[in-house]
Amino acid sequence: MKENNNMISLSVNGLLVKVPEGTTILEAAKQLNFRIPTLCNHDDLCVAGNCRVCVVEQLGGKSLVAACATPVSEGMQILTNSLKVRAARKHVIELLLSEHRADCTKCYKNGKCELQDLANEFCVGDHILLDLVEQREYTIDMFSPSIQKDDSKCIRCQRCVRTCEQLQGVNALTVAYKGNKQKISTFEELSMAEVICTNCGQCVNRCPTGALVERHYLDEVWDAILDPEKHVVVQTAPAVRVGLGEELGLDSGNRVTGKMVAALKRLGFDSVLDTDFTADLTIMEEGTELLTRLKKALVEKDTSVRLPMTTSCSPGWIKFIEHTFPEYLNNVSTCKSPQQMFGALAKTYYAQVRNLDPKNVVSVSIMPCTAKKYEANRPEMRSSGYKDVDIVLTTRELARMIKQAGVDFNKLKEDHYDSIMGISSGAGVIFGATGGVMEAALRTAYEIVTGKEVPFQDLNIMPVRGMEGVRLASVRIEGCKEEWSFLEGVELKCAVAHGLVNARKLMNGVKSGEIDVHFIEIMACPGGCLGGGGQPIPTNDEIRRRRAEAIYEEDMSLEYRKSHENPEIITLYRDFLGEPLGHRSHELLHTHYTERERY
Amino acid sequence: METIIENELIRELANKYGRTRESLLPILQDLVVHNRYLTKQDMVDVARELDISAADVFGTATFYSFLDTQERGKYIIRICKTISCAMKGKNDVLSTIEEILKIKLGETTPDRKFSLLETNCIGWCHKAPAMLINDTPYTELTQEKVTEILREYLKK
Amino acid sequence: MKQQYIKRVELIFEKVDCREIMGTIMGMDPDAICQEVLDSDLKGRGGAGFPTGMKWRFAAQEKDPVKYIVCNADEGEPGTFKDRQILDEVPGKVLCGMAIAARAVGAKNGYIYLRGEYKFLIPELESAIDEFHRLADEFNLDFRVQIRLGSGAYICGEESALFESIEGKRGEPRNKPPYPTSSGLFNKPTAINDVETLVHAVMIMKYGAERFKELGTKDSRGSKVFSVSGDTPKAGIYELELGMSVHEFVEEFGDGDTKAVQVGGAAGFCVPRKKFEETIIGFEGVPTGGSMKLFNSTRSMYNVLHKYLDFFAEESCGQCTPCRVGCQQLLKGVEAVKRGDKNFRYLDELVKLARTMKMASKCGLGQSVGNAFGSIVENFREEIIY
Repeated sequence: MKENNNMISLSVNGLLVKVPEGTTILEAAKQLNFRIPTLCNHDDLCVAGNCRVCVVEQLGGKSLVAACATPVSEGMQILTNSLKVRAARKHVIELLLSEHRADCTKCYKNGKCELQDLANEFCVGDHILLDLVEQREYTIDMFSPSIQKDDSKCIRCQRCVRTCEQLQGVNALTVAYKGNKQKISTFEELSMAEVICTNCGQCVNRCPTGALVERHYLDEVWDAILDPEKHVVVQTAPAVRVGLGEELGLDSGNRVTGKMVAALKRLGFDSVLDTDFTADLTIMEEGTELLTRLKKALVEKDTSVRLPMTTSCSPGWIKFIEHTFPEYLNNVSTCKSPQQMFGALAKTYYAQVRNLDPKNVVSVSIMPCTAKKYEANRPEMRSSGYKDVDIVLTTRELARMIKQAGVDFNKLKEDHYDSIMGISSGAGVIFGATGGVMEAALRTAYEIVTGKEVPFQDLNIMPVRGMEGVRLASVRIEGCKEEWSFLEGVELKCAVAHGLVNARKLMNGVKSGEIDVHFIEIMACPGGCLGGGGQPIPTNDEIRRRRAEAIYEEDMSLEYRKSHENPEIITLYRDFLGEPLGHRSHELLHTHYTERERY
Repeated sequence: METIIENELIRELANKYGRTRESLLPILQDLVVHNRYLTKQDMVDVARELDISAADVFGTATFYSFLDTQERGKYIIRICKTISCAMKGKNDVLSTIEEILKIKLGETTPDRKFSLLETNCIGWCHKAPAMLINDTPYTELTQEKVTEILREYLKK
Repeated sequence: MKQQYIKRVELIFEKVDCREIMGTIMGMDPDAICQEVLDSDLKGRGGAGFPTGMKWRFAAQEKDPVKYIVCNADEGEPGTFKDRQILDEVPGKVLCGMAIAARAVGAKNGYIYLRGEYKFLIPELESAIDEFHRLADEFNLDFRVQIRLGSGAYICGEESALFESIEGKRGEPRNKPPYPTSSGLFNKPTAINDVETLVHAVMIMKYGAERFKELGTKDSRGSKVFSVSGDTPKAGIYELELGMSVHEFVEEFGDGDTKAVQVGGAAGFCVPRKKFEETIIGFEGVPTGGSMKLFNSTRSMYNVLHKYLDFFAEESCGQCTPCRVGCQQLLKGVEAVKRGDKNFRYLDELVKLARTMKMASKCGLGQSVGNAFGSIVENFREEIIY
């Protein structure tokens, strides 16, 4: 067999391996099934090489090398567990522990902390080194309703900074000062709530310790559930049902919808309803809004109408555009997100039908998202006369509640959502994946305009699916009904982006004129909501891909595939709202945005 | 009104040094020459001018000891605290300065004229103790000499 | 033992006609320049001691058309003040040295990274640069030099941190490999040299490699500029032949009561009196960037150690765990031993920690903290404890 010129031979712990040039020692060792421990390294991020946990010995070298950052060279001999390596690694872990406030028994990440795992693995034992925590001035920032930042637990791996910079392009976090004063900080050490932080929680997903966690509200929810006066309704986002299993012992990619509903009922919620229902509702409102804008632009030649229109269901995206592209705020759909539409209806429509006093209704949502906590607290989200969504929990928090209640999740029999806001279509469930909102909107809009289904097999609009950062697609509209004849032959051009770094690229393209589309879907998180800041940790490309697969499987399994066919939606309009963009809708289901500072 | 003038300065500096990332340090350095420290607004304006994040500007500025983000006076006294100067009587010189200006290390005089800071080796070890006042070095300091030097500055 | 007198040399500060040098190098093949410098055995004078000729050849061999020459004038090592004098007295020679490097490597742009504490040198440097540009034009050398200023960060003397600083970022050292000669400033092949090294290159071009090799020892050819300070009646800047013992040095510069010499600044080694004779100042013994600090018997080595550790804890960039936390542990550790909070055996734990820092730190700063720590603790244990 002819030798490939670019292959390098090296030995790891005496075993030979051949890998392509450019492979790191870490990857080469993995191929031989040697796992070298790491801390600052993360699959989604570029190499840092600063924690020094992964140092290994290279025979003939004078110092140890970082396995994650060192490319292999011909004839290299690596030892991953020699005496020198073990001594150094133990010291590094002890050093990290000495500047870490270890209140493990009280910490939110107890049992899920990578530093704890390392200390456990290497039997750190008695701490010989001095405790540096008490001499440090550290801050614990709890001002944001979404994210909590505790500097005393930070081990300065810089994963959060790299995430915010490379993955999200928001750059809310930076490394500041140097030496013993070095810390991870925001601009001018302001609270996360006062800066450009979009609350997307990607940093939370990647923080190895309890330094960055979501603000958690389990006790508030328990209090509400156990209060006999309160009627507690819960809504569940589409992405939760494909992620929850990972927190409860299952592999990624498992759909646990039925069990999740059963568990929620056992927890004591008075009514278990579905965000997917209001996702369908969002499509009705937003689809109509898009068509109205198109009509105004193309027929009435109304220059005040802004195109492209962008989706508005991702609160991370909303905060991002408010800070960075405020000049495009009029392009954003005025529709609230499904969570907030649900909240508004819970204390009006639902309360009415169920004969409840709205002030006793507590509306809880389970989200794959940390930004939703911020969204629920926005001052304008009080259309019902009360706070529309009272408490937002992440997928992780729900899993914790299930464990706290002693529910044996995997043995539960599947159950169904309650009515009158529990039925959803496949179009609603695909909101959880990037491209899903676009696909759902097209399924409905196309049929409104032409009276026919979208010309894609099984209604699966493949061109808008996938994991590329920015995707462009177009659908040709043919055979329009008379009132929509102005759209005959029009190429409806769409763009989809996920991850805020791609959102920025897309918006810059729109700004420069390079990208010329009618409709844009943007999700703040990589992969869409299924990769959200509230989803199970760890996260990587493979896990997100499997969750996406699960979502599309769920779509195919449902009775209704299009939002406008959802019978509960039809009832809602007939009995309560009237018609899309009608007076009631405007009152309850639409919102406005706020221009914010650049920093 | 003042903000607009400040923006002008930053725009001029950006015109002079460019608007790429490598222009950041020269711009911040010149800003410090002008104002002696970087205000919050300065950093936001520089960030806007170079199209980078304000957090990035802050993180970069705070790395460098001479790019102060805390308010400083017109004359920043930086006395060397490294080994040679320490061996040759820097503490006496420091006490003298503290006495004359009536401030302690790290503080700024109420009239915002002087700030007193310590710094690491400034490269005058054979003529220790030494200090910088803004960019000017003063060496072979004694209590008398430093009194003289400060007297000159106080007159300004 | 044979008495050898310390040889004073006057090469670095010798006034030289740069036009002669320019003529020479423009008439030479670039690789011949690398060879001449390689033959001379010139090693970097900033402290790291990498063979200059080899560095230039590596950079020359890179195929990228864009390359850089960087002059490291971020002299921040405590006790080093020789570059300031060189830049003040013979800036033209430094620029000439950069021209030699540019011709050898094939670079069109050069930077002088000048520490912020030396800002007062700029007007003079700028006029020297103007003159140099005229000279370069005259000899058809396509090479422009500009100054970049530091802003008070010792770590920016480390080559990759220096690049980061020029690029407008925090001066945090990079992962190596890749090395500067293949990916340096702006990720382009870069030859970065100390101020003094560049001037030595000029003298090698003037007098030839053989002349250079006449001075010094087999492992430490040539002369070096030393900055002497501390307990000495002769504090100042001296160019001396390399290869002398510390004993000879102290005979010349000591005040009669020298108990220790710190060779190489905070990142260097502390040589106690009992080791003066056996320790050579050069790459075969204790290498140095030039900082020589003498301590007499009135000095507390605990204070000296404490000052050095304090320095590192403050100046560390803070990126990597062993250095960021290690420096603090060493500092607080010796304080605790001194106070009596920790038993003297704790010093042994700290020595082990210092060893880890040497093995596992990301850059030379973290790797060097252990030098001063280890050598002072080993030789002056009593002073640290009691």
